[in-house]
Amino acid sequence: MTVMEPFWIDIGKLEDIPVRGARVVKTARGCIAVFRTAGDEVFALNDRCPHKGGPLSQGIVHGRSVTCPLHNWVIALDTGEAQGADKGRVRTVPLKVEAGRLLLDAKAL
Amino acid sequence: MWNGLIHLLPLVALLYGASAYAAPAPIEAELEAAGPAGTLKGTMLAPENPKGAVILIIPGSGPTNRDGNSPLGVKASSYKLLAEGLAARGIVTVRIDKRGMFGSAGAVADANAVNRIVGAVMYGDTSDGPWFFDLLKRGTDVSQIRETLIFGQNYAGGIPLDPAAAVAALPDDAEICGCNGIKKGRITGAIAGLGLKTVDEVRAHTKASASCGSCTGLVEQLLKAQLGDAYNPACVQPICSCTHLGHDDVRRLIFAKQLKSIPDLMQALEWKTSCGCAKCRPALNYYLLASWPGEYADDSQSRFINERVHANIQRDGTYSVVPRMWGGITSPRELRAIADAVEKFKIPTVKITGGQRIDMLGARKEDLPAVWADLNAAGLVSGHAYGKAMRTVKTCVGTDWCRFGTQDSTGLGIKIEKFTWGSWTPAKVKMAVSGCPRNCAEATCKDIGVICVESGYDIHFAGAAGLDIKGTELLGHVSNQDEAVEMIGALMQLYREQGRYLERIYKWAKRTGVEQIRQQVLEDRERRKALLERFVHAQHFTQHDPWAERADGKDAHEFAPLANLIRMEAAE
Repeated sequence: MTVMEPFWIDIGKLEDIPVRGARVVKTARGCIAVFRTAGDEVFALNDRCPHKGGPLSQGIVHGRSVTCPLHNWVIALDTGEAQGADKGRVRTVPLKVEAGRLLLDAKAL
Repeated sequence: MWNGLIHLLPLVALLYGASAYAAPAPIEAELEAAGPAGTLKGTMLAPENPKGAVILIIPGSGPTNRDGNSPLGVKASSYKLLAEGLAARGIVTVRIDKRGMFGSAGAVADANAVNRIVGAVMYGDTSDGPWFFDLLKRGTDVSQIRETLIFGQNYAGGIPLDPAAAVAALPDDAEICGCNGIKKGRITGAIAGLGLKTVDEVRAHTKASASCGSCTGLVEQLLKAQLGDAYNPACVQPICSCTHLGHDDVRRLIFAKQLKSIPDLMQALEWKTSCGCAKCRPALNYYLLASWPGEYADDSQSRFINERVHANIQRDGTYSVVPRMWGGITSPRELRAIADAVEKFKIPTVKITGGQRIDMLGARKEDLPAVWADLNAAGLVSGHAYGKAMRTVKTCVGTDWCRFGTQDSTGLGIKIEKFTWGSWTPAKVKMAVSGCPRNCAEATCKDIGVICVESGYDIHFAGAAGLDIKGTELLGHVSNQDEAVEMIGALMQLYREQGRYLERIYKWAKRTGVEQIRQQVLEDRERRKALLERFVHAQHFTQHDPWAERADGKDAHEFAPLANLIRMEAAE
């Protein structure tokens, strides 16, 4: 069995994303939301809330979570899991920062 | 409830009194109606030329017949005399024998055994509604509480009960939270199973009361009923679970400690989370903005998306665009610009709003700056339909066109809108100006409303026509437009300073008292002047069209994607 090697592609620089904010990366399979926390951690998730498909990239980022703008579901950025009483999970995509550049794993898209 | 009706009707009827003047003899007829088992019988007495409604006379308690007589010895014929007196005044009456007695003896087997509630009509305080409904649904025998039934649950047993009992008595399948469809059993189950102790915890685990919040009172009662003395709602409701401080504490401390940014505030006030949550951050951003106009740097990442991108997010992630139409007035040029933008950007829906403006729904986020640039070119600016802010001033045509208009209501509406637009407020502010008391602009259910009269302008406030329906309170009367505008500016500033985030004007007025507001805005002229000055100062920093700024390139990162891999893939 072979492990799929990641294929990192450059999607921009860290400063392109506002602190406690998000930007969108358009892909053939829909949008990916790329988040930057107050502590400069970055996360990439499918830009669709598991509840009603709300664009998570438009939510308020707090701690390592984002609150969906449509009905206030709170999604953990690291796991993609819905928090509290809500049940659901968002697909996450590997993302890393190297020399200030944001690298997204294209194989996982 | 039925007993009350029984006692009340003869009393109302008595007010008409008997009359002595001569009239043709009224027509007397025996009436019958189907009862639960047999017929109900009564007598109708109708004058020759009847007027008004028919008065139904139902005998009071005890074995009293349709004429007001009782086999126990009363022979006053009070109801019969009453009916004759009313007939002489031209009023028709029907007086009946009670079911199970006299002529109506066949209607039920036992006159004293009608002990089920069949319906209830409530007016005013309807908090006993669920209790009556439950008695009705269960077909409960109410014979033991008949005499006190009308007073509601608290007095049903003769002894006042805990109000929480009303909610405790509801069945498990009663829906508590309509927004999220949460039933009582789900909430009580979570309180018991997870050891929940606060409304916030119930919200977090069940979603009950987590959306519009109108069932919060019921959820509190459930906690109280289940936990008894262990339920201890804090005197001060914290803003959210990130802090133990309430809204008013935070506002006070912002001034006392000269806090001028969200990180400073969170550090000084020992926030429990590293950077707050989606509930406290927008509140703090508003409080800092309202406290330090011109000084505080607005934190767009702490604003809800609509205020961050100056448009309203829709269920499919597209946005709606609502330009300001001052006082509801528009022009061919504006309408052409709107029509052109709709076609150019393929905006799917155009709708007239309740606030006399035009809503373009379904615009793509990336197109927003370009849409705004086109609208700006025709003089159209942001309508702030997306904000906790001054929204609209709805008007009627007043003396410009209307034959009943007493003042230039359109002109005043435009003046008010030009003066107050751009202002950020604790919750949205909708206004209206009506040119006469016919009130076609519906000013008396607005946050702030003006009714024009011959002698000037009645300023109203604290109306509601959404989650709650409430008529406005009268703030005061002024004789000219300038004074009307000043008073509204002062009122808005007091609301901006005292209102809690997301608290509409009617809720603020209820919490702090209408008199307190009237005192500061109407009676204390010095105070009004100071409020107005602070409002004008704050307006100086906010009356810049946010659409024009963004059409010009501000916050471009909000509207453009970080990367477009579709294009890259196509290129490969």
